[in-house]
Amino acid sequence: MANVISDEVIDYVGILAKLELSPEEKEAAKKDMGRMLDYIDKLNELDTSDVEPMSHVFPVHNVFREDVVTNGDDREQMLANAPEAKEWQYQVPRTVE
Amino acid sequence: MSRQYETVIGLEVHVELATRTKIFCGCSTAFGGAPNTHTCPVCTGMPGSLPVLNKRVVELALAVGLATGCSINQYCKFDRKNYFYPDNPQNYQISQLYLPICHDGGVEIETADGGKKVVGIHEIHMEEDAGKLIHDEWEDCSLVDFNRSGVPLIEIVSEPDMRSADEVIAYLDKLRLIIQYLGASDCKLQEGSMRADVNLSVREAGAREFGTRTEMKNLNSFKAIARAIEGERTRQIDLLESGRPVIQETRRWDDAKEYSYAMRSKEDAQDYRYFPDPDLTPVVISDEMIREIRNRQPEFRTEKKARYIKEFGLPEYDADILTGTKRLADIFEEAVAVCHRPKKVSNWLMVETMRLLKEREMDADRITFSPEHLAKLIGLVEAGTVNGSVAKEVFEKIFDEDVDPERYVEEHGLKMENDTDALQKTVAEVVEANPQSVTDYRAGKKKAMGFLVGQTMKATGGKANPAAVNQILREILEEKQHE
Ligand SMILES: [Zn+2]
Repeated sequence: MANVISDEVIDYVGILAKLELSPEEKEAAKKDMGRMLDYIDKLNELDTSDVEPMSHVFPVHNVFREDVVTNGDDREQMLANAPEAKEWQYQVPRTVE
Repeated sequence: MSRQYETVIGLEVHVELATRTKIFCGCSTAFGGAPNTHTCPVCTGMPGSLPVLNKRVVELALAVGLATGCSINQYCKFDRKNYFYPDNPQNYQISQLYLPICHDGGVEIETADGGKKVVGIHEIHMEEDAGKLIHDEWEDCSLVDFNRSGVPLIEIVSEPDMRSADEVIAYLDKLRLIIQYLGASDCKLQEGSMRADVNLSVREAGAREFGTRTEMKNLNSFKAIARAIEGERTRQIDLLESGRPVIQETRRWDDAKEYSYAMRSKEDAQDYRYFPDPDLTPVVISDEMIREIRNRQPEFRTEKKARYIKEFGLPEYDADILTGTKRLADIFEEAVAVCHRPKKVSNWLMVETMRLLKEREMDADRITFSPEHLAKLIGLVEAGTVNGSVAKEVFEKIFDEDVDPERYVEEHGLKMENDTDALQKTVAEVVEANPQSVTDYRAGKKKAMGFLVGQTMKATGGKANPAAVNQILREILEEKQHE
């Protein structure tokens, strides 16, 4: 494995992804990530300077909607998905400014 | 001798676009709906939901880009900006990083010394707004309303070309006017449909490198922006003077305390790991679409001002003020279309409207009266139905409550008293009751005349035709003198 993931990197990625990993999970993730980067390095061996970057898997563009209201008040159904709700709003742990 | 410093300012301006629906779903963008009544699986980030781009958003963003001299990326696409926060239900915001729709434009502003300078626009990109978080004091929790989530925004990123608060205000004013003229947004700072973040750094005069900059948020009026710039400039200079470094950070301006505070950095820092959004297809903008939008561009301030002077014969000063806000220009044109009295309409807007705006501490944008009512009032004055002072009183009612002047004058019995016989009688009574004033007048104190006119107007409840009162009074007084 050419790419070795450090503890700092895996901890940082954990913070960004809001994941808490046990020591065993951390080691496994480091290995997985190293292998993924090796694979990317392999892909990078290919000369793609003449190839346009792909931004969508299908050759489609300009999929638009007209500016017309199609949705009504559906808050009862929407809030059914909330872990907790209060006064028709989603209740979350207090955020600090 | 203290060192001289130069302030370097760049702005990130967010403008809410005037669409009926959100950027990626068919939910309404109407302001002030009950919490979460304008939401659906797309704008609340439900797994499996798919965004579809609102065509109008592209058109409006293009219109703003073309009006600010930008180049257009005819192949543009959307990217995901990843971060966790409860107002962001998808855990990413759909925005544009790699290929924003517009880039490299600029707007011309006037500087304090009367010169002109161009403030460069680095880029304009399309993105979605976040939801609104309210902090519940009682239960130590926060509540989220997603009605604003997915409302279309454009972010206009300037170059660091501004050097003072005055230049920043001039730039914002110009930008706001262009966008309002286009009808792309109402640009109300107070209501948040236009928001500006200020990037500011200082450097010693003559230095070539930029200093470390800070970003200031929570600026919701032009005055707050000006104060925040002064406050932050002073803070940074104080740091440098005492040998301490300026730290690159985001600060929140507290306008009441006139001080900015470092916002506690979120644990995850500023690492947004942008990548192309696979749910959305690229946007290809044809030459024809650009041509079409260019053709649809309205008459901007310079042309409008010239037309007001030429077509309506307005003084340059009036034309300048009237075209200075889209709202005033609209009212002017609509009222003139009804009554065909451009100079009269202009006078009402320049004098009484301005006076009331100042008195009520309002921006012209917040005027709510209908132009037809002003036109009708002008008609009533012309026809001699009401006198000047009653007209002013009625106008105030139009300004505040948008009353129909014809009905209001009728219902309140404000029609001008033109009945000469009745007026003659009232004047005679006033003269009779004020012998001292008559004596004064005869003794050459012409001021006494004013007093008698005033008494007569009072006796008629302000409805008399002042010209008629003057004439009758003079006749009576002269007559008495010859007796
Ligand atoms: Zn929606």
